[in-house]
Amino acid sequence: MSPLAVVEKDRRGPSAYDVEAVRRDFPILSRMVHGKPLVYLDNAATTQKPQCVIDAVSRYYREENSNIHRGVHYLSEVATEAYEAARIKVQRFLNAPLFCEIIYVRGATEAINLVVSSYGRTHVGAGDEVIISAIEHHSNIVPWQMLCEEKGARLRVIPVNDRGELMLEEYEKLFNPRTKFVSLVHVSNALGTVNPVKEMIDTAHRHGAPVLVDGAQAAPHLPVDVQELDCDFYVFSGHKVYGPTGVGALYGKASLLKDMPPYMGGGDMIRSVSFEKTTYNDLPHRFEAGTPNIAGGIGLGAAIDYVTALGPERIAAHEHDLLVYGTERLSEIPGLRLIGTAREKAGVLSFTLEGIHPHDIGTILDREGIAVRTGHHCAMPVMERFGVPATARASLGLYNTRQEIDALVAGLHRVIRVFS
Amino acid sequence: MSGDLRELYQEVILDHSKRPRNFGALPQSNRRAEGYNPLCGDRITVYMLVEDGVVAAVAFEGAGCAICTASASMMTQALVGKTEAEVEGLFRGFHALVTEETALNADTSKLGKLSVFAGVREFPIRVKCATLPWHTMRAALENQAAPVTTE
Repeated sequence: MSPLAVVEKDRRGPSAYDVEAVRRDFPILSRMVHGKPLVYLDNAATTQKPQCVIDAVSRYYREENSNIHRGVHYLSEVATEAYEAARIKVQRFLNAPLFCEIIYVRGATEAINLVVSSYGRTHVGAGDEVIISAIEHHSNIVPWQMLCEEKGARLRVIPVNDRGELMLEEYEKLFNPRTKFVSLVHVSNALGTVNPVKEMIDTAHRHGAPVLVDGAQAAPHLPVDVQELDCDFYVFSGHKVYGPTGVGALYGKASLLKDMPPYMGGGDMIRSVSFEKTTYNDLPHRFEAGTPNIAGGIGLGAAIDYVTALGPERIAAHEHDLLVYGTERLSEIPGLRLIGTAREKAGVLSFTLEGIHPHDIGTILDREGIAVRTGHHCAMPVMERFGVPATARASLGLYNTRQEIDALVAGLHRVIRVFS
Repeated sequence: MSGDLRELYQEVILDHSKRPRNFGALPQSNRRAEGYNPLCGDRITVYMLVEDGVVAAVAFEGAGCAICTASASMMTQALVGKTEAEVEGLFRGFHALVTEETALNADTSKLGKLSVFAGVREFPIRVKCATLPWHTMRAALENQAAPVTTE
């Protein structure tokens, strides 16, 4: 970068980056859909991948493919090193104290299931209680429900107000001596609400309950520091932070992980096996049975490098600017109702249009090249709470622009014209 | 609006979606079933009065997208006076119309006004919206208790 460009960049403040240059890093963003330039506003479902991630995955298969933690041969060594280096990138990304506290999983869903199966089944018994919130994704409802059913335990739910914010005074009242665990979403995928998780973790700890934070929607949009939060577990999916699908991470405090029974049995999670007795491997491998998604892990490392270089604070600021702009522009549309108007919000614009079903909105926008999600967003209790069968949702990523919000608004006016 | 969107959202379909016919419960019905597509949120109940093997009245209620609502509305008009065998023929014809490339066969030629739904074929993920009322109606004929889904 030329000195002049540096000055230019600084003048725009720490929040700004050259979004057009960033967009060029993502090959898919230059493609056409139905003859129109792609306007990708479905980032809460999955994000697009920068060239460096695509290259990392491709390079692994071209030059390094080999199984890890096993061979004495050169390629196995290279692959193991790359895969483990990516683990350290995840550790730094979350500011976890120890690399062995990072367990590779398929995604946030598997991470939650791991904690439910291993920690939950050991510590939650008949008559015990687990607290979740009213705005969880199904992945942070169903595993706990299954556990409660199995154990005869009870699921308690923190209610949400009309803006989509959790009611903290009600939260505090849910605790009692039977409360064994709290599992909370950091950022709601359906509403965009950023929950005050630090404060909520403090409350849970005062009552002696450990806390899992579902960071699937937070990790791509906010800086995350597990030590500052003091959460006991934190989970996220690689594909929502510009990495490959099929890989994600679970952070757990070593003090808890070390006493947790294995989740799956198999290769790599053992130290020695005989028919009489198997001894398990150390952390983190004890929770990583079988050959993992090696290319995925390496790709996730590359994605974290990319996001870190751009700066989580800058990404958050860029997306916040778009959220404010998008909220203003959408509010001008007659008959549009925003679902989720929390004061602390990440880049999610969930809405309905009076008299028009979200599915019809989605189909018409699609023909304009605009990708949004419509439906219940795997959060049916949220839809129920706000009295809508479904919403349309535009969710923002680090490469979105104000022009794309304008395209969305123009598309919505077109939808209204069709149905007027 | 692009050509295939215009094919999908034809005037007749928009009209039925905004002003659905035979909308509401049918107190004298003797057949009834529910249809629910949870992913998109379409939910309808189909009521039928069948006398001596002939459909005497049909109505529906619920909330769905334009395609689902218009399909239900136009279905209720198409079925009155039909025997159960004729209803089955229409069901097959409609299904072929919205799913098959070469739907110009004997069955679909009898569809009359319903042929406006041919445009759905170009939108594979919307097929389930158009067919939900028909599957629900078929379940109603059998008084099936479990809700129907086309997802």
